[in-house]
Amino acid sequence: MNIMTEAGVEQKLSSATNAPSIKMKGEKVSVHYGEKRALFDVDLDVRENQVTALIGPSGCGKSTFLRCLNRMNDTIDIARVSGKITLDGEDVYDPKIDVVELRARVGMVFQKPNPFPKSIYENVAYGPRIHGLARSKAELDGIVESSLKKAGLFNEVKDRLLESGTGLSGGQQQRLCIARAIAVSPEVILMDEPCSALDPIATARVEELIDELRENYTIVIVTHSMQQAARVSQRTAMFHLGYLVEEGATDKMFTNPDDKRTQDYITGRFG
Amino acid sequence: MVGYLVVLLLVLAAAAYWIGRTRAIASVNGDVARLHSLPGQHGMFLALFAAGPALLAIVVWSLVTPGIESSIIADRFSSELSGMGVPQVEAFIRDARAMAFGGLVGFADPTKEAAAALYKSVHATSTWIIWTVALVLSASGFYWAYSRIAPAYRARHVVERILRAFLIACSVVAILTTVGIVLSLIFESLRFFQQVPFYKFLFGTHWSPQSAFTGAGAEAGAVNEDIFGMVPLFAGTLLITFIAMLVAAPIGLMAAIYLSDYASKSVRAVAKPVLEILAGIPTVVYGFFAALTVAPYFRGIGESLGLNVASESALAAGVVMGIMIIPFVSSLSDDVINAVPQSLRDGSAGLGATKSETIRKVVLPAALPGIVSAMLLAVSRAIGETMIVVMAAGLAANLTANPLEAVTTVTVQIVTLLVGDQEFDSAKTLAAFALGLVLFCITLTLNIVALRVVQKYREQYD
Repeated sequence: MNIMTEAGVEQKLSSATNAPSIKMKGEKVSVHYGEKRALFDVDLDVRENQVTALIGPSGCGKSTFLRCLNRMNDTIDIARVSGKITLDGEDVYDPKIDVVELRARVGMVFQKPNPFPKSIYENVAYGPRIHGLARSKAELDGIVESSLKKAGLFNEVKDRLLESGTGLSGGQQQRLCIARAIAVSPEVILMDEPCSALDPIATARVEELIDELRENYTIVIVTHSMQQAARVSQRTAMFHLGYLVEEGATDKMFTNPDDKRTQDYITGRFG
Repeated sequence: MVGYLVVLLLVLAAAAYWIGRTRAIASVNGDVARLHSLPGQHGMFLALFAAGPALLAIVVWSLVTPGIESSIIADRFSSELSGMGVPQVEAFIRDARAMAFGGLVGFADPTKEAAAALYKSVHATSTWIIWTVALVLSASGFYWAYSRIAPAYRARHVVERILRAFLIACSVVAILTTVGIVLSLIFESLRFFQQVPFYKFLFGTHWSPQSAFTGAGAEAGAVNEDIFGMVPLFAGTLLITFIAMLVAAPIGLMAAIYLSDYASKSVRAVAKPVLEILAGIPTVVYGFFAALTVAPYFRGIGESLGLNVASESALAAGVVMGIMIIPFVSSLSDDVINAVPQSLRDGSAGLGATKSETIRKVVLPAALPGIVSAMLLAVSRAIGETMIVVMAAGLAANLTANPLEAVTTVTVQIVTLLVGDQEFDSAKTLAAFALGLVLFCITLTLNIVALRVVQKYREQYD
């Protein structure tokens, strides 16, 4: 817990001093799935303590790019990534980088809530346990509690921490997954359409949460909802057919985009 | 003769199919869309009515006719047969039948020859009757169905209903057979328990039914109740099953994990069928592998270590049986592990867990109920296995927990009880039914538990 609060303080300091620094940087990122090329030379920066939204029609490569950031594409046999992605200046595809450590620093929340079929407590404690973050049971309890609090779930589940995580509602499950990701104190959280399986109320709750989390974490979110991108993000990147069409401040992207395709997509003329 | 009739009816059915189809098409002048049912369904309808009742009649005829024929013979020759007992009458009819239709005849005499002649003529009459009945049924069925074919006729519904009835009949046969087997097990066991009290059978520790007739039992005409204790057999079964699972559970499970989570697609495509080929090897082959290779090998190792290993040991049988059920365990577990959603693996990997951590802490716990049921099914397979144990573990009913000694199992004893010339209603033979009943109860319980566990597991993801 100490490590995390210190990191949080540092982040706050750095974000307070000047324009947000660049947390992750993608340079000429390309991805092939077998023979098929899914991503073409994408250059995209992710700024610290901001929410970066990736938008674009289905199959445009936004999820593929997201999964490059914590090397989740490694789990797909036929995927091949080229180009360079850095986290705080370190190349994440450097053979010397430990992918386990990378994923601890760059956490992920998936499209469909995927709590483990374990208790709520065990779901959150899973990450800290495998990374050995807690020295005692009390410390682990503390991590679980604070993670659930940060994910805005603690009050709803505090009396049934030992019940199964799969018994929660869809929105609660997704917040549990966010709590699970937070519990390993990541620096960056990647969210792949986190609200697409949720109803509007649960969506609003998660969006609120994303806005709160921005204070301590850098967030990259893939979304199909223009309104969601406009509501939660500070920067937006538009993908189309594997290319990065345009990237910029969300306000500008939604009011005065440079590229016609962005405008067409945002106004619902294609996609 | 009746064989020709069946072939004829099948040909008629094929012809009727074609005729029905043609007539259906002709009835709408080729505009098939106006038919309520497809032309093929009209054809099927006609074929079913042309051949179905006749075939049914033949089945019924072939079931009842031997009994009727014999009773006619017995009736005609009642004066000659009056002095005989039931077995002699049966032998007489059997001989007459054999003389009439060819076969082994015991003692030929003029009475039997007369009976055989009568048999022949009765059979000729009954064959003639069935031909007539079948052809009449076929013709009238054909005529009736043919007259029904019309554009609006709902042939499809009729065909569907007949097929449903046919399928129900098939499943009834399957169920009734099973029920019959279970009932015969129960009733024969009850007869056994009239001779040997069931507590002596269930809890007795001495098993040597082969001596039932040389001892006090044979002379006194009573049964020696104390030699039917099934505990040693049960213990032997458990010991061998335990050893088998000790081999099969870890190896099968690890193989399943490798196949489902580590192996590349191409390796999996080859390795899984190869592993399943193991399941296709006849158990006799495993048996002589156990008896000729593994058992002497274990004895050799035992000797070099200064241990006294029987040449037929529970260990050898158990290990080979374990190898036999590896594909069983691995194939079922592999299916279960594969059923764990990829999203859980991704979720775990996304938190920075390694592959082995993910498998140990997320995949296996999630798949555990399914794995348990796979193991239980493997256990019931192992308990029911006979051949390997006959060949490798011996026949001696030792009550021991030492895997290096010879033991025997329930199934092996059932085999030895029923092999050779036996009086059917002796306690020794009936003991086989009692053992079978116990075995049935054990595997049934295991299977029910396994199915329950699987059902509970399914609820988690569906």
